[in-house]
Amino acid sequence: MTNFTVEATDLTRLYGGREAVSNVSFTLSKGEVLGFLGPNGAGKSTTMKMLTGNLAPSNGSVKICGIDMIENPKEAKALIGYLPEMRPLYKEFTVDEYLIITARLHRVSAKHIKKAVEVAKERCGLAHMSKRLIENLSNGYQQRVGIAQAIIHNPMVVILDEPTVGLDPIQIRDIRSLIRELGSDHSVIISTHILPEVEIVCDHVQIIDKGKLVFNGPIEVLKRQRIGNKLLVGLRNMPEAEALLKVAGVMEVEILPAGFARVRFADDATPAEAIVAASVKNKWGLFQIAPDQTSLEDVFVQLTYQDQAVATPSVQAGN
Amino acid sequence: MIINVARKELKSVFASPMGWVILALLMFAFGTHYLNGVNDYFAVMSGAMRPAERTGVTQFVGQTVYGLASFIMLFAVPLLSMRLISEERRSQTLPFLFSAPISLTEIVLGKFLGLVAFLSILIVFIAVMLSTLNIWADIDFGYIVANSIGLLLMVASFSALGLYFSSLTQQPVVAAILTFVALFALMILDRFFAGDPSNTLASLSLMRHFQSFSGGLIDTGDIAYFVLFTVTFLTLTVRRLDADRLRG
Repeated sequence: MTNFTVEATDLTRLYGGREAVSNVSFTLSKGEVLGFLGPNGAGKSTTMKMLTGNLAPSNGSVKICGIDMIENPKEAKALIGYLPEMRPLYKEFTVDEYLIITARLHRVSAKHIKKAVEVAKERCGLAHMSKRLIENLSNGYQQRVGIAQAIIHNPMVVILDEPTVGLDPIQIRDIRSLIRELGSDHSVIISTHILPEVEIVCDHVQIIDKGKLVFNGPIEVLKRQRIGNKLLVGLRNMPEAEALLKVAGVMEVEILPAGFARVRFADDATPAEAIVAASVKNKWGLFQIAPDQTSLEDVFVQLTYQDQAVATPSVQAGN
Repeated sequence: MIINVARKELKSVFASPMGWVILALLMFAFGTHYLNGVNDYFAVMSGAMRPAERTGVTQFVGQTVYGLASFIMLFAVPLLSMRLISEERRSQTLPFLFSAPISLTEIVLGKFLGLVAFLSILIVFIAVMLSTLNIWADIDFGYIVANSIGLLLMVASFSALGLYFSSLTQQPVVAAILTFVALFALMILDRFFAGDPSNTLASLSLMRHFQSFSGGLIDTGDIAYFVLFTVTFLTLTVRRLDADRLRG
């Protein structure tokens, strides 16, 4: 039981009869990063609010390290660091003042407050902003303050709702590495719209759509689907499809405009070399060959617009 | 934990000029009245020949200052209490408090105590100011203590009501207006029942319960009234915030 840092069971939330989230169950172990994906209004933020005790679930329960959120909210909340979608910043304070208040409210003992504030600032790259008013910080720096307040008390579970919104690419990279770092000894749950981000930082992915969990499993499953079994071949002298089909391992050829062809091959075959060899031999004028990646967006669309065949076995794999 | 929330609130009042300006303006008003009170005392008392017409300097000056204080608080408290929850609601900072390991009761009590602590500064200043009369006169400290306690209790009741209205809305101004109207109605309630002072409704009036304190009398019945008033509105506030969590 206590191996799991987060245990959500049958979480359901009704808004006036409409189910915003229905029967979402999952578990998270220590050292895992869970990515939460879903279209707008799918119930990501609602789920996160329930996990952090900001919203009472209509049904179901949340346990943080075995402590029930509804029965012992204080103890459970002490183990969580949460950055909501809208950064909860008191803009009239300086970064230091704000972080000290946060540390106090999260029961960091008086002796350690200074240290905790320093560490949090350093981790989020805020050290040189200590004395600035939060109001005067740029959007990206405000976001960092938001993340700093979520990790200041060194919580077991860090829950970040769209943490990289409004950051520049370098900051995004920093934040991602920070999330990875956090993931090594805490559990992290992040929600995001940016799909490649999930691939970079997460071990586990959950896709939620219309309040229901449609995919829950390790990131590898998603990656495998993404890379797939297609090659995009560019040939200056495009031969007939039949000629391409003769190459060993090629199952299907689709001729595209501008001298491209999409080649699907058998699951265990790797026909790239054979295609290159055939091209040299027949002077097809190969100028490009690359795996034809289904974009994550496609996978995402596929999953959210109901692909039961994919979702069902993966859900089992995830649990 | 309650203390930490209160500290945050106090810090936030003083982080903007608002807190300082209100303190300064109110102290200016009280100071002027104090000065006028002392001047008037000499003018009035030199004309009052018979002993029955004479009142002590503490009571004479104290009445002026505390009378003004209770009236000014009617305006000052709504202005200060309006932001407490509605501002947090508007700038969406409530999750910050909700996801910290503190209960709703602690949040509400902390906010309430923060505001009362701020207003207590004024009460202490007034008491100290009046005590300076002791330099040349022999004043009645009991009177000042009773008035301070009365003012503190009244301000606490005002704050509790203000906090509740602040929790109802996202707009601080709406909260301020509602609080002001409610307080004003409660203040003048007993005027409507001037002909029938024993009416139950009349005894709901805040002013009526402050009167015994302003006369220097600490009445447990009045203390109970203010305490119950405060507790009622604080409880309502907690319930309102809990409804946020339940209904979303």
